Amino acid sequence: MSPLLYLLAFGYGLGRGMEVEGVSYLEFVIPGIIALTAMTTSFNSAGMKLNVDRLFYKCFDEILMAPVSPLSLILGKSLIGVLRGLIVSLVFLIIGIAISPMKVSPLFILPLLLTCFTFSFMGVLAALLAKSHQDMATFSSLVLLPMTFLGGTFFSSSQLPQALKVILYIIPLTHSSQCLRAVTLGQPFPWLSLLAIVGFGLAFFVGCVMVLRRASV
Amino acid sequence: MIIIEKLTKVYGEVRAVKKLNLEVYSGEIFGFLGPNGAGKTTTLRILTTLTKPTSGCVWIKGFDVITQPLQVKGEFGVVQQHLSLDRELTVWENMELHARLHHIGGVERRRRIAELLDYVELSQYANQIVENLSGGMKRRLMIARALIHRPKLLFLDEPTVGLDAQTRRRLWELIRRMNLDGATVFLTTHYIEEAEALCHRVGIIYQGQLIALGSPLELRQQVGMTTVETLSDNKDPDYHYFSDRAAATAYVQSLPPEVKTITTRDSNLEDVFVELTGRKVGDD
Ligand SMILES: Nc1ncnc2c1ncn2[C@@H]1O[C@H](COP(=O)(O)OP(=O)(O)O)[C@@H](O)[C@H]1O
Ligand SMILES: [Mg+2]
Repeated sequence: MSPLLYLLAFGYGLGRGMEVEGVSYLEFVIPGIIALTAMTTSFNSAGMKLNVDRLFYKCFDEILMAPVSPLSLILGKSLIGVLRGLIVSLVFLIIGIAISPMKVSPLFILPLLLTCFTFSFMGVLAALLAKSHQDMATFSSLVLLPMTFLGGTFFSSSQLPQALKVILYIIPLTHSSQCLRAVTLGQPFPWLSLLAIVGFGLAFFVGCVMVLRRASV
Repeated sequence: MIIIEKLTKVYGEVRAVKKLNLEVYSGEIFGFLGPNGAGKTTTLRILTTLTKPTSGCVWIKGFDVITQPLQVKGEFGVVQQHLSLDRELTVWENMELHARLHHIGGVERRRRIAELLDYVELSQYANQIVENLSGGMKRRLMIARALIHRPKLLFLDEPTVGLDAQTRRRLWELIRRMNLDGATVFLTTHYIEEAEALCHRVGIIYQGQLIALGSPLELRQQVGMTTVETLSDNKDPDYHYFSDRAAATAYVQSLPPEVKTITTRDSNLEDVFVELTGRKVGDD
């Protein structure tokens, strides 16, 4: 729901008649909102249920006692986030195309898929570390919300001073927005950003493995 | 079946388990008896790979629980103290998930789930959402789930806590039946009757330490088979232990007349606990 509101507020409300990097703001902001959608949907789908299973139903303990390797366990818990993230962002892509024609190539799917994986791993990691339900909400407002507004969704990094650019580039979402945007605007594909998404994803995954290995308390 | 050596677990300031040495034999029902906070659940969580010990070793069927968790996990079934069902799923779906986690395929999976739900008398509730089941039904579902991979070793953490007397007795029957069917059972309890009625051997744990170990009969023999309770005015009862009735009767007859209420009865595990700790199992 919120991506639709973002689209209305920023795309239509703010952005009418505005131009960024030589294209209309609407064309600029839609791929960013798709990246944002992929991020929040994947994170929440993978994280929330796991959080409830672990802290409230306690049934995650049962999975920990089953003969399943930590690797497949993390992958399994993440896949629900990947699936939902993909479905919702593809629906949004269709809405986006209907609003403003965009170029979509197979190269669009790759960064989208990796984005879903990366933020699903992040959701699983947050859920594994959370000591309460409140912790998940805190994580959302401390990490996801700033990413929403700083992650290259609503403005172009080229307009920023160097110091701020650095901050932007340590945010995983920035790289997702840039990859998706490059495809829809027909710009050269930023392979380095794609690598950065993979890097963040691997880091979150390794984090999950380490938490499970430690698995004390 | 299980060998525990010098097992210690420290949570910050709390020493939950202290240098525990214990062996559980194949085929027995072993009871871990102790009051709340004694360290029963902590020990069980270590045995079932959920918690890492501060120090010490545990082997299950020759596998080191700490370094070979994946090999150990297929060997046992667990019923935890707290409900650990996915309450959004149905009875059948909970079973199905667990069966898949234990790599039980297709036809075999359906057959076993149906069989186990029948075993715990939940067949007619297969499609009910777990949230809507009664406490006793949820417990039975947890037991059925723990049996899905036909483990030869079962851990039950206070399996009958909070159940009414009738449901408790049905569960005891079920546990005996599982034991007769070949499962070694390791259960924890703070109910004296449960340990006495059900367990071949009992270990009494108190403040993280094993303070007694043996069959219920052996433990009673240690304190004396007969107990005499005497009650002086405004005081807690005093307990006196005797090896047999004759000795107890002789003692009673020798008592001065101001000692008021006197009961002579068979000793039980509660007496063992009181003698060893100076407290009752039910005290907190
Ligand atoms: N996760 C934990 N963190 C801190 N202390 C704990 C934790 N789990 C148990 N304890 C403490 O360890 C002691 C033993 O608890 P537990 O093993 O649950 O006892 P029991 O199952 O016999 O009632 C208690 O004092 C309890 O407060
Ligand atoms: Mg306990």
